[in-house]
Amino acid sequence: MADAKVIPFDDDRSRGGGVQRPSRRRGALGRRRSGEPVPVREAPEAGGDVQPLPTAAGAPDDVPVTSEPPEDKPDAGDGGLERRIASGLAFLRRRLTGDYEVDDFGYDEELTDQVLMSLLRPMYEKYFRVEVKGVENIPAEGGALIVANHSGTLPLDGLMMQVAVHDHHPAGRHLRLLAADLVFVLPVVNELARKLGHTLACAEDAERLLAQGELVGVMPEGFKGIGKPFSERYKLQRFGRGGFVSTALRQGVPIVPCSIVGAEEIYPMIGNAKTLARLLGFPYFPLTPTFPWLGPLGAIPLPTKWTIQFGEPIPTDGYPPEAAEDPMLMFNLTDQVREQIQHTLYKLLVQRRSVFF
Amino acid sequence: MLVTGVARPLGGRFVRRIQRDPQVDRVVAVDAVPPEHHLGGADFVRADIRQPTIGRVLAETGADTVVHMDVTATALGSGSRTTVKETNVIGTMQLLGACQKSPTVKRLVVKSSTTVYGSAPRDPGVFTETTPPKSLPSGGFAKDIVEVEGYVRGFARRRPDVAVCVLRFANILGPSADTPLASYFALPVLPTVFGYDPRLQFVHEDDVIEVLRIASHEPERGTLNSGTFNIAGDGVLLLSQCSRRLGRPTVPLLLPAVTWAGTLVRTLGMTDFSPEQIRLLTHGRVVDTTQMRETLGFTPKYTTAETFADFVRSRGPGLLPPEALAGAVDRIAALPLAGGGHPPTQSAN
Repeated sequence: MADAKVIPFDDDRSRGGGVQRPSRRRGALGRRRSGEPVPVREAPEAGGDVQPLPTAAGAPDDVPVTSEPPEDKPDAGDGGLERRIASGLAFLRRRLTGDYEVDDFGYDEELTDQVLMSLLRPMYEKYFRVEVKGVENIPAEGGALIVANHSGTLPLDGLMMQVAVHDHHPAGRHLRLLAADLVFVLPVVNELARKLGHTLACAEDAERLLAQGELVGVMPEGFKGIGKPFSERYKLQRFGRGGFVSTALRQGVPIVPCSIVGAEEIYPMIGNAKTLARLLGFPYFPLTPTFPWLGPLGAIPLPTKWTIQFGEPIPTDGYPPEAAEDPMLMFNLTDQVREQIQHTLYKLLVQRRSVFF
Repeated sequence: MLVTGVARPLGGRFVRRIQRDPQVDRVVAVDAVPPEHHLGGADFVRADIRQPTIGRVLAETGADTVVHMDVTATALGSGSRTTVKETNVIGTMQLLGACQKSPTVKRLVVKSSTTVYGSAPRDPGVFTETTPPKSLPSGGFAKDIVEVEGYVRGFARRRPDVAVCVLRFANILGPSADTPLASYFALPVLPTVFGYDPRLQFVHEDDVIEVLRIASHEPERGTLNSGTFNIAGDGVLLLSQCSRRLGRPTVPLLLPAVTWAGTLVRTLGMTDFSPEQIRLLTHGRVVDTTQMRETLGFTPKYTTAETFADFVRSRGPGLLPPEALAGAVDRIAALPLAGGGHPPTQSAN
């Protein structure tokens, strides 16, 4: 597996993959980024040698400002505008009087759909230009457990996966993510996470959501995955103790492996200030080429190009009820899921033309 | 039937209601202070459950059902926290000791609280009856409840012939509720913890009376009323929703400031803004009520939202009544040309 790391950055192959890409995206990018320098292709054994991002300074400016959902723009005629004002006011009225519903976990579907997704969407569409593949592998109804790789120092990959499912799934399913307990300790973060429908990564909550027929997303690598150094990018870490497999087995829901490419490079973590992390109570404190040296400016992620691929679902309903207690089966299934994600990661990396395009 | 804690409005209501049931011959109402409300035809016995006299009362009356409602977070009148704790813990011990010696007792119902689960960020989103608490406050009502439930479990082990029912109530609200949360919602401006929006669950007083009644009689066919049950209305309200429906503005404070202010207010004796109250208003708590529906066979009449609506009706309007805000929005909508309109992001919080 160690030598496989070299493959993704092979120039000839990646160029070959690039030719087959639909030209639509390239055209769109060309329009947006005309005049930008050609991105530096990453050297094979780059390690900590990261290009100092020539394009980052200009691009981030347009991220948080675009608060309007892009699909509203075409029909902004008179009737459309009035309708939008009316619906906006009705929404405002409901919010101000507290007349809206949340579920047991605090998931505020209306706020998520109308506001939070609109805030994340520009980042998803314009900044990371996420390409979604295999969304049809997510079942249209019933519970399913989406298992993804985790990377990028900050859990933006989870949020992007949520937008991907929300915007692209034909049945309009909502992804309920399982988050680390640190998320629910931090003020503001925990409030937003609850309203986005996230809950604590524990077997009880996962099983309850799956039993309700929800789509649950989990990143079993946890802090080991998200806080790994840049030199270990796209190398899957241990998948916890495989608790997610026994949860899926107990509920008899399929496991959908998901591979996310692009999140590894948003914050290339070249160092870890362990003492500072311990002091602040965080599992790691990232040092990137820009953070914390440039202050808040250094916290802007690099505008990498992302691909999210949902793989073939792995059914779990054919096992007897006591299978969830069988450690051997647990390890085998965990490995199967892990292998599939790792394999897809390598495949996607080979097809990728460059980190930024 | 013997009922403790009848000097409180809820205990009084239960005593009045239970006498109408045909299975009940006689109700003995016990409390350390005489109640201000009438108790119907019940016999009031003035006895402090912290004293061994409760054993004599139980032996003399020969009660077959004991309903223990004297487990509360706040003192009645001008009692101190020490008195409350003693009544909760020592009182329960004395009462259970009396029950253990009594050959007539067949049924014990204890009013507990979901406070027993604590409230922490590491807790699962929804508690079931078997969820172990991750962290408990070192003192306060939550600790009382844990100890009370511990003694009750010990009693159930020693007297397997007695049907023991522990009812863990979510926050009780209603027109006459005197719980700490009700007094919190009575504040003109609600202090909240900045960056947290806790999920709250309520149960209506009427439902409390009804479920206590179900638990203190023989179980209906196909149901079982011994064991531990979470009792809460359906659904969840966020604290932000509560404040908006109540029409009271919130003041977000940083967590250390809230803790400090809570201590200050408690020292001054204004309200009982206890540590577990602050934890509840920080992290919230939601319980699973499947056991209540399927095993106990009880379906609450009021959902959490309806309970809260009933509570709001019983209180006066706040500084920002929701009707006024809705009217203001409607007026903007009625303007011939609402310039620009409101992007939905304005009301994100």
